[in-house]
Amino acid sequence: MTELQLSDSDRALLDGDAGEAMRFAMQVVVRAAEIMGAPHLIDASFAHIDACHYYGRAHLDFAQFFVDRGARFKVPAWGNTLTVSLMPSDAREGADPVTVTESRELARLYVALGIRPVWTCAPYQLPDGPELGDNIIVGESNAVSYYNSVVGARTNKYGDFLDACAAMTGRVPFAGLHTDEGRRAQVRFDIDGLPEGLRRSELFCHVLGHLMGRRAGARVPVIVGLPPETPADSLKAIAAAGAASGGIAMYHAVGVTPEAATLEAATGGYDLDEIITVTPEMLVAARDSLSSGGLVTGPVSMVAVGTPHFSLTEFERAATLIDGRRISANVAFYISTSRFVAELAANKGWSGVLERAGVTILVDTCTYFAPAVRAAKGRVMTNSAKWAYYAPGLLPVEVAFGSLEDCVETAVRGEVTRRDTVWSDDAWGL
Amino acid sequence: MTGVTIQAVVLNPGECRAPVLVLDEPLSFWGGFDPVNGTVVDSHHPQRGASMAGKVLVMPGSRGSAGTPAGIAEAIRRGAGPVAVLLGSADVNITIGAMVADRLYGGSTAVLTVGPGDYGWLKTGDEVAIGLGGVVRVGGG
Repeated sequence: MTELQLSDSDRALLDGDAGEAMRFAMQVVVRAAEIMGAPHLIDASFAHIDACHYYGRAHLDFAQFFVDRGARFKVPAWGNTLTVSLMPSDAREGADPVTVTESRELARLYVALGIRPVWTCAPYQLPDGPELGDNIIVGESNAVSYYNSVVGARTNKYGDFLDACAAMTGRVPFAGLHTDEGRRAQVRFDIDGLPEGLRRSELFCHVLGHLMGRRAGARVPVIVGLPPETPADSLKAIAAAGAASGGIAMYHAVGVTPEAATLEAATGGYDLDEIITVTPEMLVAARDSLSSGGLVTGPVSMVAVGTPHFSLTEFERAATLIDGRRISANVAFYISTSRFVAELAANKGWSGVLERAGVTILVDTCTYFAPAVRAAKGRVMTNSAKWAYYAPGLLPVEVAFGSLEDCVETAVRGEVTRRDTVWSDDAWGL
Repeated sequence: MTGVTIQAVVLNPGECRAPVLVLDEPLSFWGGFDPVNGTVVDSHHPQRGASMAGKVLVMPGSRGSAGTPAGIAEAIRRGAGPVAVLLGSADVNITIGAMVADRLYGGSTAVLTVGPGDYGWLKTGDEVAIGLGGVVRVGGG
């Protein structure tokens, strides 16, 4: 194991010069650095904290320990989604009162530590965030991948407690994705043999991300053949799906992501350990594995979009699709988003269009956490591979997976509807 | 395997004597685990339904979830967690979860790594004794 070299200021924190809380925070960072084999620590400039997401009393006791000792975050720190919304109107019927109370108390403690209360899993949709080359601290898996891949900021996947301790000391182990070597592509996914119309669809990106997660595991993949103008929402879909199904913390896409101007830039000139040519058969199998038991049909009780949180462009698309129509009385249609994006969407008039049609906009949290939509059961349609992956383990639901267009049609008709041409066998080349 | 000893690398110090529970696959302690009773709930996991409360947990590692440290800490707080964890490879999330729980609640939950070769022959039900220096003694001795 490499001997960890600490700076004088690191050592001063360990010696307790800044008090008991900062001493413990540095002990945690040092322990992680030793396990990761880091030669030294480096400065971080930003954090997105997952430890504010309540999962039991230990979360509260940890935050209270630091609040009681006057600790504050050293770097700008933004909050991930909470287990429940802080909106008074979002006290869901049937939600466990202890979970609701303690989740809200946890949020209050993190505000006392200096967190910016954005409560979103898609912090990269907000202004004034990190930039290319910044070393940052992120725990939420889709945000880890988006920041590394699309923004070009550098973060490992920081678990709860380590994220907060690193943000209080402003120091992280120099290891993994903070290093040039750790960011090299190891496995290549060729998609340029697939029809271009398919490659331009957002649903394709969800399915591709899911497939890559299954095949790449925790390695860094590089995609060859993604169209250069692929929009942010599609890159978000790849990040979220690949992190959920496999643990991908970073991907490159040649000609699209900032550290992959060429294939050589992505690999650093080193050999790849695997090259996978993506076939229509592989995509169809990945797509179908996201619906419970293949292609689900029949009435739905809920439609859930916005995992990760809905962007402003997704609000515009959904409002355009739904304008003037009405969600079926038997269907609950949820859009999960951040307060920030919700306010922009309201100012544009898109929230009004959606709410008049019967859509519920949920902020601060996500629909697959039980307290958010306690009554969620039965058949649910989503356009999110991440939602489709996690929800069946967390809620008593059967999942139908489809595009945003399919989700809107399904909500209006009250039963699973797939119109998107991307579902036709022609589009998939079969 | 009575009388066999293994020298493990100490990731978090602790000592105990308890029976072993072996997990054949990695586990996420967020979503795949119930910290209220220490039970594996991941429906795809071979040890689904097994409780790790009071056990020396022998496992390859966690499944990368950011919530894993909090799941471990919450189970330890409730007395439903493992008394020690023996890993096939070093795991930051499990170690930090145990370290935080020990600081908050005053326990000492050993987290050790022995490498995939050495840990493979520990079996569910074996009695082991773990010392502060990381010596793992299998059997009654």
